[in-house]
Amino acid sequence: MNAMLQLDAEALYAELLGGVRSLLKPEGVLVGIWSGGAWLAERLQADLGRSGTAGVISSTLHRDDFGSRGMAAGTDATKLPFAIAGSHILLIDDVLYTGRTIRAVINELYDFGRPASVQLAVLVDRGGRELPIQPAFAAARVVLPAAQKLTLARDEAGRFVFSVREQA
Amino acid sequence: MLSRRNPQLNAHGELIHLLSIEGLPKAVLTQILDTAGTFLSVNDREVKKVPLLRGKSIFNLFFENSTRTRTTFEIAAKRLSADVINLDIARSSAAKGESLLDTIANLSAMHADMFVVRHGESGAPYLIAQHCAPHVHVVNAGDGRHAHPTQGLLDMYTIRHYKKDFSGLVVAVVGDIVHSRVARSDIHALSTLGAAEIRAVGPKTLVPGDLREMGVRVCHDMAEGLRDADVVIMLRLQNERMSGAMLPSAAEFAKSWGLTPEKLALAKSDAIVMHPGPINRGVEIDSAVADGAHSVILPQVTFGIAVRMAVMSIIAGNEA
Repeated sequence: MNAMLQLDAEALYAELLGGVRSLLKPEGVLVGIWSGGAWLAERLQADLGRSGTAGVISSTLHRDDFGSRGMAAGTDATKLPFAIAGSHILLIDDVLYTGRTIRAVINELYDFGRPASVQLAVLVDRGGRELPIQPAFAAARVVLPAAQKLTLARDEAGRFVFSVREQA
Repeated sequence: MLSRRNPQLNAHGELIHLLSIEGLPKAVLTQILDTAGTFLSVNDREVKKVPLLRGKSIFNLFFENSTRTRTTFEIAAKRLSADVINLDIARSSAAKGESLLDTIANLSAMHADMFVVRHGESGAPYLIAQHCAPHVHVVNAGDGRHAHPTQGLLDMYTIRHYKKDFSGLVVAVVGDIVHSRVARSDIHALSTLGAAEIRAVGPKTLVPGDLREMGVRVCHDMAEGLRDADVVIMLRLQNERMSGAMLPSAAEFAKSWGLTPEKLALAKSDAIVMHPGPINRGVEIDSAVADGAHSVILPQVTFGIAVRMAVMSIIAGNEA
């Protein structure tokens, strides 16, 4: 049986909320990684009763597979509505896998200034790291075959659902 | 032409060269405009540079003079972290008698990854694209009277920025259309993106009637051409391309076809005025209009950098 079928994204979100609450410094800021992480950060920002909006960050301009995959056709863009220099950043993502997106996103972050610290909290850590990157918090740790792609979706009511697809 | 694949696209329909807007699908144009939007925000960063073209060499080959276009291509390439080599080609190899393709072969041997080409002869960038190595990409920065696709795209970006959607728009392109590669690129782009009405406005000697076959409304009357327009694109009167008696004089042209505040009042009250530059003040455009509230001529220049970054990053990421 596929372990993924038991991944309840809403239950994991409750775990993540608790983890982020204890990790996030009062002066810290949330930055969600486009697109799933941005949804999570937006909801965390509200559920933690924080004022202002969470930041959104895209890996597009620092991807290491540009040479083989080219420009993505998406319209995702980084929007950081606060100063980065000197701030404590908590990056939020849905699925942590090879770590390459996180590497790209950290580079992107540094284009805006030098943060005081950067941490990472994720909904699911699926293993398979190809870079020395570890999250400060993961609501779940699972092992998935490389051929499977785990994607977070958001329904019309704003509730989170995980889907598993076989990759071609 | 239809039996052959568009030389700008690979087998997957992805853009590998930008030679002309003609024949490019709407999805490709939209991808370029969307990507340009991402790059526009790079101007707001502390580090105004992204590493997408790190290690790539881009050669600016301007067989014809241009300061603005060459500079904006250079800035765009540098913001993408490419190495940029500017060749004053008109004064060097070409002047010594080297053929175009020999020049290209030599520069390819210097490991060029991209050529940005401006040439007085229509079709020169196509010739280069056909003969360069498969990994080399070509951008047309203006060829003869044929095309100036990045100008066309930055014009589309500007229109979309201010008007959001093309579907209801009346766009008037005014002036010396027969000599203008900008007009040709704009007309192709506007028709692909679905502008409601495209007008070509100017005297009979400078506005060919066969534009009607492209679905363009030809207006040999300035008032008719400007009435209720959402966008007015003024073209430069190209003195250097003008030979013979196509016009009595620049002053005569200005009187009938120069854009003044009075004539602009015929267009919609929120109309935008564009110009590819450099402007001839008092000829095709009055200073009061060029510097006025409707003018978006300087934003066009800023958007041009983002659009050229988008074009170069998209083609560099696609394989032949």
